[in-house]
Amino acid sequence: MGEERTMTLGLAIREAIYQEMERDSSVIIMGEDIVGGAGSDEPGAEDSWGGPMGITRGLVGKFGHNRVRDTPISEAGFIGAAVGAAATGLRPIAALMFIDFFGIPMDQIYNQGAKLRYMFGGKVKVPMVVRALIGAGVNAAAQHSQSLYSIFTHIPGLKVVIPTTPYDAKGLMIAAIRDDDPVFFLEHKTLLGEKGPVPEEPYTVPLGKAEIRREGSDVTVVAIAKMVNVALSAAEVLEAEGVSVEVIDPRTLSPLDGGTILDSVEKTGRLVIVDEDTPRCSLATDIAALAADEAFYSLEAPIKRITAPHTPVPFSPTLEQAYIPSQERVVATIQEIMSV
Amino acid sequence: MDIPRDKLLEIYERMVTIRKFEDRVHNEYAAGRIPGFVHLYAGEEAVAVGVCAHLSDADSITSTHRGHGHCIAKGVGVNEMMAELYGRATGACKGKGGSMHIADIDRGMLGANGIVGGGVPLACGAALTAQVQGSGAVAVSFFGDGGANEGTFHEGLNLAAIWKLPAIFVVENNRYAQSTSVKYASAGGDIASRAQAYGIPGVTVDGLDLFDVYETAGVAIDRARAGDGPTLLECQTYRFYGHYEGDTQGYRSRAEIEEYREKHCAIRLFRDRVTEQGLLGDDELNAIDAQVADVIEAAVEFAANSPFPDASEVTTDVYVNYEEVI
Repeated sequence: MGEERTMTLGLAIREAIYQEMERDSSVIIMGEDIVGGAGSDEPGAEDSWGGPMGITRGLVGKFGHNRVRDTPISEAGFIGAAVGAAATGLRPIAALMFIDFFGIPMDQIYNQGAKLRYMFGGKVKVPMVVRALIGAGVNAAAQHSQSLYSIFTHIPGLKVVIPTTPYDAKGLMIAAIRDDDPVFFLEHKTLLGEKGPVPEEPYTVPLGKAEIRREGSDVTVVAIAKMVNVALSAAEVLEAEGVSVEVIDPRTLSPLDGGTILDSVEKTGRLVIVDEDTPRCSLATDIAALAADEAFYSLEAPIKRITAPHTPVPFSPTLEQAYIPSQERVVATIQEIMSV
Repeated sequence: MDIPRDKLLEIYERMVTIRKFEDRVHNEYAAGRIPGFVHLYAGEEAVAVGVCAHLSDADSITSTHRGHGHCIAKGVGVNEMMAELYGRATGACKGKGGSMHIADIDRGMLGANGIVGGGVPLACGAALTAQVQGSGAVAVSFFGDGGANEGTFHEGLNLAAIWKLPAIFVVENNRYAQSTSVKYASAGGDIASRAQAYGIPGVTVDGLDLFDVYETAGVAIDRARAGDGPTLLECQTYRFYGHYEGDTQGYRSRAEIEEYREKHCAIRLFRDRVTEQGLLGDDELNAIDAQVADVIEAAVEFAANSPFPDASEVTTDVYVNYEEVI
């Protein structure tokens, strides 16, 4: 046995896309600067970006410009083109850089891509993947740091996926590409460099299945995206105090694996949701409502939601750190409900 | 451009089908038998039919809220169209779409669309599929003078131009975007000239003249199929009914409407020309009129006698596959 192969979450996404494009010629990828240097006469300009995080570098050399396309900064145009291409036989991956930019192509998703199948009585498939960066933590300020996944989770017809480990990133991306519905594949900026084991051969991680990241018996913490790591480190602190914390990573927000969450709450009797998104009409609120409806008689303490405040994401490092839910808040909240 | 005799007959049949379908929907709606919002295409028949006469099922079109004409021109059956308007389970979309969302993927009809300008990027996507697969198919996006003021129009034309997509953008300039005159809402005079900004051909067409539409669209479609990129066609036309059924139309005069109905009816102009030139005879055209009248009558009967969808259908067809465990 050789040593387990490790790679970053970002490179795991690249490998998934590469392997799927190799397997299926109907998979194409397009987006802003996903190759980089288009139209430049500078030697070496081609493939100089590979997307804002370099994830798609190398694809054009293997698959060519017919299937790997830089787009103009024209989000309604190319996101809508991805919808139209998906409806007519391709499996496009559309890379939108930052989720914050979704105001521009929103109609093409929430009125077109998400609804075509329903409006047409089930007579069309829209197998597409939208990739976008989410999350705060790099001082990118209010228009490049939002989470916004609750907006897309709200819309019937869309699926929403957020990987938190390199293993899941590869398996979920392959599952998303093979899925016959439109999937939002959201990548937290601060997780792209996380390293972990990733098998070389293609594999899928099913959409709609949560993962229990840490088993525990006193309190269930459902944590989304980067908040999984915050919850895990809070669990370490609490273990020293004799509190046993179970941490659940939903991995897919739509469909949501409510069964795993409710089973855990029935076991622990306590629920905390840690969500970097803003609080109103959020995943945190949605999961709290689910537990209130379905697991009320198992609860021994109030459900607690730990979220960002109802504000835009601030720029200054001290403000941004105050904005993002912290390990300390998670620890303090769990201590509070353990004393009920 | 000589149009084969069979094609001329088909063109006439399609135009008359649209007209009679829309006139009948107007009456059915007024009688309260059709729920929801309806926008009628009567008057604009030469545009949809003149363009779609060049297309096969492998080619795609996107449409607008005023989509019945595009559906019929592309070969969607009137029974399932009428049943869809009636909200019945036998409708083209099983009663889930209604007038503004009639689609038939097998016919290359990617849907009427309730969002102005919404279909333009979708057509770029269908054209992208054709280009990536090298299928030789084309995609046509129909939209109105109102749609030409949407950002999607400009983004779509730019994208299609830089990628040389096999796409044709057809503006149906019927002079009014809802109640607002194109003279007020559209800068720069004609819409066709906007093509210059994207370095593609832009042509103004008499959209009430089937032959002008057919010929110009043929050039644009051949160009797209040959890999030479997109064209913008501005078809100047007129709608006989209001923006929607129930529109009191205070923004245009009764005299203007009557003038178009009497002097600029695309079907009458076509008929006069083919009979004057001896291409088709009155007898065969009258026979088509009678046959289409029967087809429309049968469509209404089919719709009226079809069941409504079962309430269990509310939750189907949202996803291909969605396993949510609660």
